[in-house]
Amino acid sequence: MIRYLGKRIIFMILSLFLIVTATFFIMKAVPGGPFTSEKNVPDEIKAALEAKYKLNLPLHEQYLDYLKGVITWDLGPSFVEKSSTVNDMISRGFPVSAHLGAQALLLAIFGGITLGVVAALKHNKWQDYSAMLIAVLGLSVPGFILASFYQYFFAIKWGIFPIAKWEGFEYTVLPSLALAAMPIAFIARLTRSNMLEVLGQDYIKTAKAKGLNTVTITVKHAIRNALLPVITYLGPLLANILTGAFVIERIFGIPGLGREFVISITNRDYTVIMGTTVFYAIILVVGILLVDIAYTLVDPRIKLSDAGRE
Amino acid sequence: MQLTKEHFEPISVDLRQAESIKRPSLSFWADVWRRLKMNKVAMASLVFILILVACASLIPILSSNDYFTTDLAGKNKKPSAEHWFGTDDLGRDVFVRVWYGARISLEVGFAAAFIDLIIGVIWGGLAGFYGGKVDEIMMRIADILYAIPYLLVVILLMVVLEPGVGTIIIALTITGWIGMARIVRGQILQLKAQEFVLAARSLGADNNRLIFKHLIPNALGPIIVTLSLTVPSAIFAESFLSFIGLGVSAPVASWGTMSNEGLSAMKYYPWRLMFPALFISITMLAFNLLGDGLRDAVDPRLRK
Repeated sequence: MIRYLGKRIIFMILSLFLIVTATFFIMKAVPGGPFTSEKNVPDEIKAALEAKYKLNLPLHEQYLDYLKGVITWDLGPSFVEKSSTVNDMISRGFPVSAHLGAQALLLAIFGGITLGVVAALKHNKWQDYSAMLIAVLGLSVPGFILASFYQYFFAIKWGIFPIAKWEGFEYTVLPSLALAAMPIAFIARLTRSNMLEVLGQDYIKTAKAKGLNTVTITVKHAIRNALLPVITYLGPLLANILTGAFVIERIFGIPGLGREFVISITNRDYTVIMGTTVFYAIILVVGILLVDIAYTLVDPRIKLSDAGRE
Repeated sequence: MQLTKEHFEPISVDLRQAESIKRPSLSFWADVWRRLKMNKVAMASLVFILILVACASLIPILSSNDYFTTDLAGKNKKPSAEHWFGTDDLGRDVFVRVWYGARISLEVGFAAAFIDLIIGVIWGGLAGFYGGKVDEIMMRIADILYAIPYLLVVILLMVVLEPGVGTIIIALTITGWIGMARIVRGQILQLKAQEFVLAARSLGADNNRLIFKHLIPNALGPIIVTLSLTVPSAIFAESFLSFIGLGVSAPVASWGTMSNEGLSAMKYYPWRLMFPALFISITMLAFNLLGDGLRDAVDPRLRK
């Protein structure tokens, strides 16, 4: 276990290092500095600006500086929004994004599992077909389109929910639904196929033969085993929700980190792009590691070793 | 019981007939095609995709309108006989723009899938076939790259590189091949332990022949399924990028940019959002359904 963990953590750190390095050099490769857009700046001021942001140092020193900044969690100032640092922006935007993300995550997990279980129990009946229709639609309609359709019907046409902004629970409903659509679909399909497999197993027959009622069989014997593979999907699910939030937050005008990220891209605010990317990468990589550990802890059939890797 | 000679007379049915094969023998791919044909949903998706490809390639011939000519007098017109899907805020015909958007989406989808296929099959094939240290190193590299969130890489690259279709394809394939490589490696590992590979080797087949003649053709099923699901995800990524302003630049029409422009005018001119949105969704739906159908047809365990 400890050897496995150590190995995983080393690879995680390697991945993160690679991300930080790649982000840094990609951003440095951009033609023109961050101040090219400011017209007719006298040379002295330009030099002073560059000195302030340490852009006059040689590249490798800037790089080491940045690495040190990432380790000590100081992601530098924003070039566009002069008064705030990247850390400020993250601590301002992330709670909002985390709230929206958590809501979407819960919705996706419960909605997806319910759909999948119902579909499997009513295999090849209309409930199955309609659940799978919802699922394939959820996989096919991109989140940003779903979001604008929700806005059009639920906000503009019927006025049930507010169209945008972030001021209370009713404001969170549409964005969460839009963000959760694709994961719901994925989890529903995964749960369904696992349930179908589990329901065909001998121990389910045994339980039936013992005379257990359907509810007990489903809840105690089938669902618990069918849900294990769903846990592996939680890592990609996290990535899905984080990146999906980029557009959802923009469409609904939610002041989260995702919108901040998209705005920084439009403004070519390089330190913010770098900082946010690194932040997202850390969340995702750590999240995926936690999911993997949780999976091995939950399922006693999996042994923690490299021998399991074929 | 008395056994007489008659008991040992051959019965009238010629037992040797029982060994003869009555039905024509089907190759694996003929069987896949037969099963796919029975799946109406998948066939409808296939037909839709073929129509989409045909119309998108022929649109310059089929329509006298083009995607960039602006007509400020006729802007934001409702769908009519003249402009089937209406016009946008610069008076450009939405119908024609949707088809030009289809060209970009399909180009990106197919090109990304093709490049993923080439890199993925070579990388995964080599790792799986040689195994040991080579496999370890190659798959570790893939693992590390795989940990980097896909859309973040794509967004970063798009920020730096010149916007355009080629850039999108490069950005999508730079880590996109890993999924394919993993599938191929898994297949090759499984296949190379089977007897027919040993037989081929003892008949003197060299590594190249083994890989290209025996292993990869047998792994084609999962490869094609993965491929058919790569196309919609590339189409999605392209429209996502164009939607947040990182994709193709004006006046080129892409479903993502059209949706983005339509979104701001949704309240008054809903058709400007509706048609590109409908096309993205139906196209992705068709590819996903075809992929599902292919998976069911290819995987013998999923057969009813």
